[in-house]
Amino acid sequence: MKDIVRNYQSDIYGMFSSVGERMLYQIKFSGFTLILIFNTFIQLRYAFSKRREIVKQMYVSGVKSMLVCSIVALFGGMILSLHSGVELKKWGQQDVVPILMINVMNKEMGSFLTAIILTAFSGAAMAAEIGTMKVSEEIDALEMMSINPVKYLVMPRIVSMMIMLPTLSIYTVVLGVFGGAVVSYFQLGLTFEDYYHRVYESIWLKDMYVGLLKSLVFAIIISSISCANGLMAQNGALGVGRATRISVVSSYLMVLIIGYFITSLFYGGFV
Amino acid sequence: MIEVRNISKRFGKVVVLDDVSLTIENGETFVIIGQSGAGKTTILRHIAGFFDPDNGDVLIDGIKMNGAGSGKKMLLREKMGFLFQSGALINWLNVKENVALPLVEHKLGTKGEIDKIVDEKLRLLQLDDAADKMPSDISGGMKKRVGLARAIVRNPEIILYDEPTSGLDPVMSAKIDELILRMQRELGVTSVVVTHDMESAYRIADRIAMLYQGSIIECGTPDQIRGSVNPYVRQFIEGKLTGPIDV
Ligand SMILES: Nc1ncnc2c1ncn2[C@@H]1O[C@H](COP(=O)(O)OP(=O)(O)OP(=O)(O)O)[C@@H](O)[C@H]1O
Ligand SMILES: [Mg+2]
Repeated sequence: MKDIVRNYQSDIYGMFSSVGERMLYQIKFSGFTLILIFNTFIQLRYAFSKRREIVKQMYVSGVKSMLVCSIVALFGGMILSLHSGVELKKWGQQDVVPILMINVMNKEMGSFLTAIILTAFSGAAMAAEIGTMKVSEEIDALEMMSINPVKYLVMPRIVSMMIMLPTLSIYTVVLGVFGGAVVSYFQLGLTFEDYYHRVYESIWLKDMYVGLLKSLVFAIIISSISCANGLMAQNGALGVGRATRISVVSSYLMVLIIGYFITSLFYGGFV
Repeated sequence: MIEVRNISKRFGKVVVLDDVSLTIENGETFVIIGQSGAGKTTILRHIAGFFDPDNGDVLIDGIKMNGAGSGKKMLLREKMGFLFQSGALINWLNVKENVALPLVEHKLGTKGEIDKIVDEKLRLLQLDDAADKMPSDISGGMKKRVGLARAIVRNPEIILYDEPTSGLDPVMSAKIDELILRMQRELGVTSVVVTHDMESAYRIADRIAMLYQGSIIECGTPDQIRGSVNPYVRQFIEGKLTGPIDV
């Protein structure tokens, strides 16, 4: 009986200490990520001399994800307009679809969809690549050569993401709205011309810059979380897998949470 | 001069280094031997400033490495080279670019000058044929030699070798040993070599220290080590199965 009580006690201790450990790790990780972002901004002065690496990373994250981006944007737009169109048509309001499309894409879905795709594409790649370097002593080797890993590895990746994510999200908006046009034409009986005019009338500058600001913030979030996870990888190949998985999940969560706060900052009546 | 003063290090609950002290003179080749897991790499990593000890200090030419800021560490590391156990080559650069990396990143010379230095180091380590190969396409022993070429490319005053001859054939091992000796003789380089290879240890060492379960149990010239009466040392250098060391 005594033994059972003692085991039970140690189980509870174990539970609390593992929860505590996780929390400590989270705090440590968040701090590490923030410092990483800060250091990256310090290293920005070398952005020009690292332009080759930046362009290479832009190619890796941007051009290679183009096809997936196109499909997601096009079909995303088509699904959105089909759902709303079918409902609105019941009330004879299908004219609203173009306005809806440009608003939703510009304000939210453009940057969000692109962020999701780039997390899977380049965020995961960054975490895996840097994580592999970490566990095979390559990061240490860089430091031994007095090469700053933030300057050599992290800064070019974050900068390239800051260029590619906003660019791709404009592309996503355009393609998504176009997908809406296709559905409106074939299923809802709107002409392309009508659609275009209505879209054009409802483009607001504020929506555009808030959307772009969002995608810029998402870019920093995704790339810094992925690089930080890579740099903190431990325990060989297993650790690299873990770092990749965690970086994707935490990027998604942070994109959603921060995305909400930016929206509420600009549209929630504060500004 | 490298001074390691009473350092202790624990990872979690495991004590890896327990009150280790070493003084390595300028121009000396100091060899650390010991079983796998004894903490040899951990000592090198303390000297290079990757780990800070829980207790004690590491001094490089009188300057404290542990606890130094990243800028100061960078300066101290400028006069050091480190051959990592696995080579640690940057996997998207070819052999030549890997060796040239420290020179290119610090803009130490024009392209022509850098090429010349790199070619010379590659020839020294018989890597001319592999210059354009990627790290994934060369053997483990070659990776190690490329790592060594990269470690010596800035002509460091101190070189830390983590098992320079493991994974190399006997002839290549002898060649690396000769290289270590030559750099000591001609350039006055200070070397700290971690190895399991007793033959190579006797060949290159001015002094040998044996690490057992996180402590230095014997330290002396190769002859002193050969004649040691410590049963742990005897068992290790003779490679016997019976003795006080748990196997
Ligand atoms: N970063 C670390 N975190 C936790 N434990 C570590 C770490 N580095 C080393 N250790 C532990 O310290 C002990 C000594 O490791 P070390 O790498 O110094 O051994 P070694 O003497 O170099 O062995 P080998 O000859 O196999 O390379 C091992 O038990 C290892 O598990
Ligand atoms: Mg080792």
